[in-house]
Amino acid sequence: MATTVSSTGTEAGIQNVFAFIRRRWLWLLIAFLALLPIIGGKTGYISNFWFLQLSLMIVYAIAVLGLNLLTGFNGQISLGHGAFFAVGAYTAAILIDQAGWPFWATLPMAAVTCFVAGYLFGLPALRLEGHYLALATFALAVAVPQILKYRHFEGFTNGVQGINIFKADPPFGLPLSSDQWMFLVVLAVAVLMFWIARNLLDSRTGRAMTAIRDHAMAASTMGINVPRYKAVVFGISAIYTGIAGALHAIIFEFVSPDSFRFELSIAILVGAVVGGIASLPGAVIGGVFVQMIEKYADALTKKISAAVHLPLELEPWTIYGIALIVLMYTMPTGIAGGLAALWRRMRRS
Amino acid sequence: MALLEVEGLKAYYGQTQALHGVSFALEPGGITTLLGANGAGKTTTLRSLCGMVRTEGSVRFDGRPISGRATEAIVRLGVGHVPEGRGTFTNLTVDENLRVAAYTRRDKAAAQRDLDMVFEYFPILKARISQQAGTLSGGEQQMLAISRALMLGPRLMLLDEPSFGLAPLIVQEIFRIMRRINAEAKVSMLLVEQNAALALELADHAYVLETGRVVMSGKASVVKSDEAIRKSYLGY
Repeated sequence: MATTVSSTGTEAGIQNVFAFIRRRWLWLLIAFLALLPIIGGKTGYISNFWFLQLSLMIVYAIAVLGLNLLTGFNGQISLGHGAFFAVGAYTAAILIDQAGWPFWATLPMAAVTCFVAGYLFGLPALRLEGHYLALATFALAVAVPQILKYRHFEGFTNGVQGINIFKADPPFGLPLSSDQWMFLVVLAVAVLMFWIARNLLDSRTGRAMTAIRDHAMAASTMGINVPRYKAVVFGISAIYTGIAGALHAIIFEFVSPDSFRFELSIAILVGAVVGGIASLPGAVIGGVFVQMIEKYADALTKKISAAVHLPLELEPWTIYGIALIVLMYTMPTGIAGGLAALWRRMRRS
Repeated sequence: MALLEVEGLKAYYGQTQALHGVSFALEPGGITTLLGANGAGKTTTLRSLCGMVRTEGSVRFDGRPISGRATEAIVRLGVGHVPEGRGTFTNLTVDENLRVAAYTRRDKAAAQRDLDMVFEYFPILKARISQQAGTLSGGEQQMLAISRALMLGPRLMLLDEPSFGLAPLIVQEIFRIMRRINAEAKVSMLLVEQNAALALELADHAYVLETGRVVMSGKASVVKSDEAIRKSYLGY
């Protein structure tokens, strides 16, 4: 008797643990990530290189989230978000390099600069929709690197040379490498930004944003000022992508016009769509995707063509193209949507 | 005083003129219908009242000039627009659709009372509350559109073809509830309809439009029984 009681007790205990994990998995995941530097420091399994990689994934997740707020939740397309990424990155780099600001203080400044830039761009963009807005934002993406190279701005931007900055050491003599420390900073900023986004979307403002996406004319008959909303959402979206840019500059310790070519804008859009448009988890997946593809698609293509001795020459980025086609074919609503559908099917069976 | 006074209203889509000086007036508390064939300017008239197209001429709501104002400003004065094609926010739930409609409300208690009232008129929406609105049937989406306009706490409701594409039984139910809303919630209505027989049943006053002009008007009962009008303008 006693054994049965105790075994059901343990079973109930295990079930409680599972229920707890199911309810709190997100916070548990964040806590686990936050502990990574300690785990890595103790075991030596996770090199500084990997902390940089993880940080970059998180940075791109924030950038993709920014575009997702605009395109996924408000229905405005942008092929030019790399421009706001660049504005954020240069704001941080210039303030650190020339004004000697501590890195953390540049983040709010990047947010302000990018909001203004996004809002001002959003105003004329109101007259454009669909393809025309795509082209206008694309022009922005193409123009920004050129502006950064412009001779008369060289005093600030250092022209094509770009700006070198140096990573901050961890404060209070914490036993962390600067890569581990920056990973924690990036993680904290990301958690804050995603939390704000979730609350924003769950508010009156968020519902108005989505209503405009679904039916702009009907939204105006609900008393919503559609033009003002669209411009403000453009600004908010630029804040997110700009803060991602600032973080990128800080952890990468370098900015130059050619780091922000229009391919970056495309990568952010691809990340948003592949991850899952109008989905917060999708933004995280999209960020991971952007960094992984950037890092490994090229190398993987070379490795495959070397390993299987293909009779034809594989171009670099072939894997990128194939991955995109396969993903869009198998998971048309993005990886987040695909995983959710898979999960539902597993639970049903 | 008339609740809505329209004088010499002209409307343009780009270079094309769609209304050529429409004039009419709405008494408070009543239901007025605008009738006419396809392309007569019925929908354009409603859109003009709400500032959705470029217009000339005078529109007064409750004595206040509203022509040239932004749609959302006109809505906030108490004009609820139930748009052509229902304007469902398809990816939001029924609940979220209704909450978007309460966007302008400052008084949360009054908004909650209106929500209760909406569910009393349309109990099916309460049953569907957490369902994605795009998955509702056409009739349910029309009920949702009317409910959203009600959630604004309007004094005037503009209804653009609420019968469009719906089964006759559903249409009758919706029209019955519209009559109740008019009587109980004291909401005046301007109803645009292709289905003239149906609209004349509900309305107490009618205007007939043809190619952007009012060609006749009168009490609904009179218009209904006038065979000449019926044959030449309403086609039944």
